[in-house]
Amino acid sequence: MARTGILLETDNGEVKAANYGVITAARETGNNEVVGFLMDGSAEAGKAAVQEYGVTSVIEIKAEAGDFKGSPELQANALADALKHYEISALLGLSSTQGRDLMARVAAAMDVPLVLDCVGVTVRDQTVTKSHFSGKTIAKIELEGDVFLCGIRPNAIEPVASAAEATTDVYTASAGDSGRLKVVETKGATSGEIELTEANVIITGGRPIASAENFDILKSCAQELGAAVGASRAAVDAGYAPHAMQVGQTGKTVSPKLYIGCGLSGSVQHFAGMKTSKIIVAINTDKDAPIFTKCDYGILGDLFDVVPALTEVLKEQG
Amino acid sequence: MQIYVCLKHVPDTAANIKVVEPAGFDESVKFVVNPYDEYGLEEALQIVAKAGGEIVAVTVGKESAVSSLRTALAVGATRGILVKTDAQFLDSAVTARALKAAIAQDGTPDLIFTGKQSVDSEGMQTPYRLAQELDMPVVTEVVDVELGGGQAKVERETGGGMREVMEVSLPCVLGATKGLNEPRYPKLPDILKAKKKEVKQVDMADLGLSDDSGNTGLVELTQIPERSGATMLEGSPREASEKLVAILKEEKAI
Ligand SMILES: Cc1cc2nc3c(=O)[nH]c(=O)nc-3n(C[C@H](O)[C@H](O)[C@H](O)COP(=O)(O)OP(=O)(O)OC[C@H]3O[C@@H](n4cnc5c(N)ncnc54)[C@H](O)[C@@H]3O)c2cc1C
Ligand SMILES: Nc1ncnc2c1ncn2[C@@H]1O[C@H](COP(=O)(O)O)[C@@H](O)[C@H]1O
Repeated sequence: MARTGILLETDNGEVKAANYGVITAARETGNNEVVGFLMDGSAEAGKAAVQEYGVTSVIEIKAEAGDFKGSPELQANALADALKHYEISALLGLSSTQGRDLMARVAAAMDVPLVLDCVGVTVRDQTVTKSHFSGKTIAKIELEGDVFLCGIRPNAIEPVASAAEATTDVYTASAGDSGRLKVVETKGATSGEIELTEANVIITGGRPIASAENFDILKSCAQELGAAVGASRAAVDAGYAPHAMQVGQTGKTVSPKLYIGCGLSGSVQHFAGMKTSKIIVAINTDKDAPIFTKCDYGILGDLFDVVPALTEVLKEQG
Repeated sequence: MQIYVCLKHVPDTAANIKVVEPAGFDESVKFVVNPYDEYGLEEALQIVAKAGGEIVAVTVGKESAVSSLRTALAVGATRGILVKTDAQFLDSAVTARALKAAIAQDGTPDLIFTGKQSVDSEGMQTPYRLAQELDMPVVTEVVDVELGGGQAKVERETGGGMREVMEVSLPCVLGATKGLNEPRYPKLPDILKAKKKEVKQVDMADLGLSDDSGNTGLVELTQIPERSGATMLEGSPREASEKLVAILKEEKAI
């Protein structure tokens, strides 16, 4: 029986729902003991949610000394120590901004293999699948060695509950850091909006949205859908949306269940960031727009007419 | 300032990738400098324009990767180094060791730029492994850099519109991303002049490394089939929306 670790991602101390797919992957056929690691938040509080998905122990990681929150190096060294202490042979986590950074630091420090942004993983075979060439191909990669790390793209694996009874523990690492890198400030307000890369549904506006204010049309629809709002580079470059909202090759890579593109031409670079979405819907005024050749459902029409109509219908049907 | 910029020679993102079984691709497509690495290079150019110094562009790749080094030389890099390998998909740890060996053999870096990820193999980890090899601190997804007092104050995007401000001592490795700056493009006379600039070539083997010494192996590459075209939902905006909502409910997408 292999012992698989999960790097549980939290938001203000709460375990994110996006972790459940990762836990499902780690559990495999039920043969793996699944140990959840928390870098932030209490194990006691985190336990309730994750044991529903089969986590058998939840471990809160701390450091004996130093500014744990402000030092990415200290967090990585403490996590690396914990992996050794609990004899973890595979660590799975979310390939989010936080997860990627921490896992890459751990893999580098331990000199063990890591594959990020995986869309599939088979722990017992030590193989993963991931996108190469911005979603144009899928690569199957084998990882060698006694320990490996794997970051999974949010939403890539459907969560399936399988209740277990989890124990809790606190691990206090004696690790230190080099003192050469510290977080001095966190900027920007948490908007309470759904993070693009973790959203199940995304509605995106392109160049014809024409102003920042017009994004409100998409936001109203997003509210009905429980969706996050994205933007094309053309919309970002024109100043209608911040770069954090950009989807595509030079923006975010997303794989929601549903992607609704409003006024997008269907550029290769935009598709590089969202073509692995399960269902793609396009709203466009041009019947010959390239996007209609590479999506699932199309509506020929003006986004300023169609999106409000869609919002109405969603509202009525609850 | 002695700045090293790590550049990967990659297929243009607009290129049509044709898989050659089991794990290769038709390499007769257009290759370019990895887009994220351009942001690193541009930042290095702006730093050197103010503080003076030298920019060395380093790549691990096939002989053909020299063209990406020439592009870097054309916009202002001083010299180039190619570590020659036969593989397009090298294990990240091996790439990092090759970059480290080439840099250490060449000089003493004050700063190293990479991109946040390569757009072909999307490894997202080379800068971390390079930093480990060189015993330097590292920050990636960097959108702002300010140098002063032997350190860099950098900002990175952490999602949801949030940014982290970090202080990192020099020398360090910084992984650039979009938002850091607007990369310049080479002008014809500069492209011609760049042909005279120095490009050093070293073999992987001469650095004591081999292509297949890593812990990861690409075993298969599969083409993702393109979608074949949309089912159009006809009618007024209202009618089309009703059809869409019905379908999405049916498919359990909402
Ligand atoms: C290196 C590189 C990286 C890039 N990275 C990205 C990236 O990360 N993300 C990205 O998005 N792009 C990226 N691009 C840019 C990309 O090539 C396109 O230029 C961009 O995606 C186009 O944005 P768009 O679809 O919003 O606008 P357009 O191409 O202008 O398309 C607008 C579409 O809307 C339709 N339309 C017009 N009015 C309406 C209306 N009222 N209602 C409905 N439809 C309407 C038009 O018919 C048209 O099809 C990159 C380009 C390069 C070279
Ligand atoms: N073969 C290479 N030669 C030079 N730099 C590289 C190479 N591979 C990766 N890099 C650098 O490391 C960054 C991250 O790459 P990756 O880890 O492959 O996503 C890239 O943006 C480059 O700056």
